[in-house]
Amino acid sequence: MITLNHYLILAALLFCIGVFGVLVRRNLLIIFMSIELMLSSVNLVFISFARYLNSMDGHVWVFMVLTVAAAEAAVGLGILVALFRNKPTLYVDEVKNLRG
Amino acid sequence: MLRTLYQYISPQSLSWLVIAFPLAGAVINGLHSLVTARLKKHTSHFLTSLVGCLFPILSFVIVCTLFITLIGFPTPTMNTPPLFTWIFSNHLTIDFGLKFDQLSLVMGMVVTGVGSLIHIYSMGYMGHDEGYTRYFCYLNLFLTFMLILVLADSLLLLFVGWEGVGLCSYLLIGFWFEDEEKAKAGKKAFIVNRIGDAGFLLGMFLIYTTLVSAQLPAGETEFRFFNIDVIRNYSAFLMPFATPICLLLFLGACGKSAQIPLYVWLPDAMAGPTPVSALIHAATMVTAGVYMVARLNFLYVLSPVALSTVAWVGAATALFAATIGLVQNDIKKVLAYSTISQLGYMFLALGVGAFSAAIFHLMTHAFFKALLFLGSGSVIHAMGGEQDIRNYGGLKDKLPITAWTFVVGALAIAGIFPFAGFFSKDAILWHAFHNGHTALWLMGFIGAGLTAFYMFRLVGMTFFGQPQMGVSKWNKVHESPPSMALVLIFLGVLSLVGGWVGIPEVFGGADRFHYWLAPVFGKSVVHETIEGSHASEIILTVVSFLWVLHFAILAWVMYAQRREGPVKLAERLQLVYKTLLNKYWVDEIYNFVFIRPIRFVSEKFLWNVVDAKVIDGCGVHGTGHMVLLWNRLITMAQTGVVQQYLFFFVVGAVLLIWKFVF
Repeated sequence: MITLNHYLILAALLFCIGVFGVLVRRNLLIIFMSIELMLSSVNLVFISFARYLNSMDGHVWVFMVLTVAAAEAAVGLGILVALFRNKPTLYVDEVKNLRG
Repeated sequence: MLRTLYQYISPQSLSWLVIAFPLAGAVINGLHSLVTARLKKHTSHFLTSLVGCLFPILSFVIVCTLFITLIGFPTPTMNTPPLFTWIFSNHLTIDFGLKFDQLSLVMGMVVTGVGSLIHIYSMGYMGHDEGYTRYFCYLNLFLTFMLILVLADSLLLLFVGWEGVGLCSYLLIGFWFEDEEKAKAGKKAFIVNRIGDAGFLLGMFLIYTTLVSAQLPAGETEFRFFNIDVIRNYSAFLMPFATPICLLLFLGACGKSAQIPLYVWLPDAMAGPTPVSALIHAATMVTAGVYMVARLNFLYVLSPVALSTVAWVGAATALFAATIGLVQNDIKKVLAYSTISQLGYMFLALGVGAFSAAIFHLMTHAFFKALLFLGSGSVIHAMGGEQDIRNYGGLKDKLPITAWTFVVGALAIAGIFPFAGFFSKDAILWHAFHNGHTALWLMGFIGAGLTAFYMFRLVGMTFFGQPQMGVSKWNKVHESPPSMALVLIFLGVLSLVGGWVGIPEVFGGADRFHYWLAPVFGKSVVHETIEGSHASEIILTVVSFLWVLHFAILAWVMYAQRREGPVKLAERLQLVYKTLLNKYWVDEIYNFVFIRPIRFVSEKFLWNVVDAKVIDGCGVHGTGHMVLLWNRLITMAQTGVVQQYLFFFVVGAVLLIWKFVF
């Protein structure tokens, strides 16, 4: 029997993988993908609870998050292209202009 | 308009001008000096002389006016309403007010009168000096503070003047500060005076605490605990602490008036210009200690211990300094030791309870010692800066005015009838003898003989005998300008007649000076009217007169007629001669006992450890190092790698959630 907890644990695992990816990967594209993974895990939580509580609110929020994720991807990729034009690298640890 | 102005003229309002005039002179000449220095121009000689001399003379005129006004009253005293209240607190009120009575009028006239003469003399003496304007600024400032000192109606205001004259003394001793020796002499005077001033301050604190704990009726005194009249009225409350108070105050007087053990600064103070030595280090400032003790006579009579200390210190100093004066070869040094010795006489008089005799000697001493110093200045001026009397000789032919006025001064200080010093010194010795202090009298008596001896040694070696200088130098010697010569003549006359105000009754005088001051010293003085004492007074006077006369003639013969004699004598008494010439090695002993240990501790501990290590190392640099250390720690976290920042952010978020959930 698959219960709500199984879904939530799966979502938590996905979220943690996303966070881990953001923190350790150097490649900017993969960091973006990790962020998408985190957003997806949140979506999974929404859906799970919507199903569990028999409410449509969760579905609405999922669409909201998907929209924001799409917009974020567009802006993020824009920044990425702009960065690549200035400095021919995609590795974030090589971009240290903020170093104090 | 004149009428409205006239309304404001009263003795009270006039009295402030006494201080205001010299102060204005100091301010004008100070600004004059500063402004011209900024504009890189030369100061105006005429303006400086006009301002510098006119204001002291105006001040003298005001004091004389007040004197003439006040002697019309049955009690010639006046306390001015305070100009302002200086300190106002729960337990202490101090006004800025002046007190005119018999004592301060005498002092005021001496200070402004002799001061004005010396200002006029300075026009000639300092005429070619670069710092002419600065000099007059300091001199006027000195006069201001000296007048505050003698006219103050409270002990604290007196102390203001006391410190002010110390400052001016320092500035004027080190007037030619390019010469390191002279700058050092100024420092020495200032530091030695600090020791005495510490005693003065402690004495004042003791008066304050005693009067505060005595719980005086508040309405009457309004907490004016330093007011001299208040101290006088409530002096009975000070009875238990009279001895420490008087001894501490006397320590201050020892510093200012160059008594044993704090006299060492005065001979070095001769580094200043000679008119300064005359005004500050002979006539006025150094007598401040005598004035202070006389002013607080009602305290001193409460403590026989303190009084006898004053007398013994005075007598010892009088004798001690006179012996040193016998062999000194610098004309100003001889006069300096003579000043110390004469101040010793004044303290001797104070100590035996003859307060008016002390003030009398103070006044006559101001006349003849100013004269002697100015005369020596005239000689030094004529000789182009030469101060060693062994290189003088026979100068009476070249400098007649200087020579004969100097002789008048020497006769006065030696105590030859009828010059001023005769009456004042005789009064002191007579009172010492009559009040039963035979040992003190004997010390004073011997000192008087020595005084006559060293003064006529000075006269003989300087003005008589054969010239001891080259012919070319002899031809260059010239008499001083009229501004200097006139002052010498004027002071010569004062040195002659100055003593006549105090001719004692035995000689058919009225002893006016004594009776004039008697109200100030009031109960402190027992004026003797025993008939039988007149005979002994006459005998003593004649004996001491013959005594000093014999020494004067002896010295004159020894040093003016046959100069080989003293040289042979010095060879035979080599040990004594060396001891006296080196001033008993007191400076060396002080150096070894006090100065070197203090310097050693200051250098090795206070400087190298406390200052360099603790204050600079830990305090100043330590603070900077601490900031740098933290800075380095914090910048280590700021790498510029976004992922690290994010890591901290995640850790923080996890911790927050942890806190809220569990």
